[in-house]
Amino acid sequence: MLTIIGRKLLGSAQVAGEMLALLVETIYYCKDAPRNLRTIFQQIYDIGIGTLPIAALMSLFIGMVLALQTGAQLAKFGTQEALGAVVGLSMAKELGPVMTSLLVAGRIGSSMAAEVGAMQVYEEIDAMRTLEINPVRYLAMPRLLACLVSVPLLSIFAVMIGVVGGGVVSDVNPVINVPMTVYYDNLTSSVEASEILNGLVKATVFGGIIAQVGCYVGFKTSGGARGIGYSTTRSVVMAFLMIMVADYFLTRFML
Amino acid sequence: MTDLKQKKPGFLNRLSHAFTRMTDERTVTPQEYDYARGVEVRVEGLNKSYNDNHVLRNIDLVVHPGETFSIIGPSGTGKSVLLKHLVNLQTPDSGRILIDGVDINQPPGVAGGRTFSYSMVFQTSALFNSLTVGENVGLWLREKEVFPERRIRRIIREKLRLVGLGGKENLQTSELSGGMKKRVAIARSLAMNPDLILYDEPTAELDPVTTDELARVIEGLKNKVNLTTIIVSHDLEFALYLSDRVAMMHGGQIVEVGTPDEIRRSSNPIIRKFIYTTTKGLKGD
Repeated sequence: MLTIIGRKLLGSAQVAGEMLALLVETIYYCKDAPRNLRTIFQQIYDIGIGTLPIAALMSLFIGMVLALQTGAQLAKFGTQEALGAVVGLSMAKELGPVMTSLLVAGRIGSSMAAEVGAMQVYEEIDAMRTLEINPVRYLAMPRLLACLVSVPLLSIFAVMIGVVGGGVVSDVNPVINVPMTVYYDNLTSSVEASEILNGLVKATVFGGIIAQVGCYVGFKTSGGARGIGYSTTRSVVMAFLMIMVADYFLTRFML
Repeated sequence: MTDLKQKKPGFLNRLSHAFTRMTDERTVTPQEYDYARGVEVRVEGLNKSYNDNHVLRNIDLVVHPGETFSIIGPSGTGKSVLLKHLVNLQTPDSGRILIDGVDINQPPGVAGGRTFSYSMVFQTSALFNSLTVGENVGLWLREKEVFPERRIRRIIREKLRLVGLGGKENLQTSELSGGMKKRVAIARSLAMNPDLILYDEPTAELDPVTTDELARVIEGLKNKVNLTTIIVSHDLEFALYLSDRVAMMHGGQIVEVGTPDEIRRSSNPIIRKFIYTTTKGLKGD
């Protein structure tokens, strides 16, 4: 039993070490970003524009549900006028960045792992090395930069849509019955720039995690089609876990 | 046997190795690109193990400049592993590989560093599926920014014509047959104007007609381009037809090196078994 636990711990330490090495290497190659602008913009388009509609729909309903659940409870105590602050703070500090990142991890992180994994399995990465093209510079760096730009932007967008969704519910729901103007006033007086910045910092870190996990898992892929499938799942699970852990520590740090 | 078992590098060693990979990619000037010459490849005491599987055992080998050299042998004898060592995709446990006297495993930036270029044609062709044929062939040139775009386009057309695929630069790689993919992979390698080109099982999964076409392409290159060629194959006829010299590998060792005629006449039982008793081998006496 102890052997199994020890082996698992060593395995985790190895993964952490390798991911750290990949991160350092990726950051080093950021100096070559101007050479890869086309790929970076392509990735930003895929991550940002491609995820926009689904992120909008998801945030709209998150905002609406949040307003519905919280508003109904607040109404019991006659404090439903604080709904704007509750929805705004929850969306800006937590739900916006986290839910957007989970969405991007599921949609983009998995496809990164599958794409890089397929390239690894079908010797394209080896071919790249023999062409004297560093795969970290060519594949990982543009994806990292694209995620660092796209995820915070998507997160801001998600927060705005979520807040609007919450406002609509608070206005039209007869139990809550908070007019849009009251909701808006409460929101703007409670949510400060620093809170939005907190959310942006989180989204940026989560974006980095998504890209690093997707590329790391892709580079470590082996074993044909089955290996690619396994990597896709592994990248999603790893990214979800790491986002949640990072979320706790970032929240603790920025309290 | 014990001296052949290598100590596995520790975690910190591997981490520091990862950091040493952070070197700037080699730049190439137009002058360097235009100057291509065949290089000498020298392998000394090469050993490689994967866990308990000792794949390469004390390999010693010399390939002369401009020579076409084939490594033949049954599947699983370490031919492809040896090839991957020659292009630095694998690191040996012990021994060294010298190309024109330069140890290819020495850290980048060490004085007397690499001045040659090499490329490899993979068994699976390893074309980049997201790129067109022309983009695949021109990738290295564009990444290295050796020439202006107009000259790069000219080189792409030229190299594709050389392998019999003139005018196909706009095709997607998914539209190509296996033989065409191999030829695009060769064109991609040639676009680097390499001093050394390596082929890993070039005839794998090809029909006899396409194999003949490929042999003609490689033979044509022998006459037109001044480079050293190393072919790994278990296709005996193909290797003996194209090569100046042939090495037979068996059980992770080189068992014999000679000209195609010497290999055919060899009395070594391993060679005789390989070349005369298989259905794809030469016809026995």
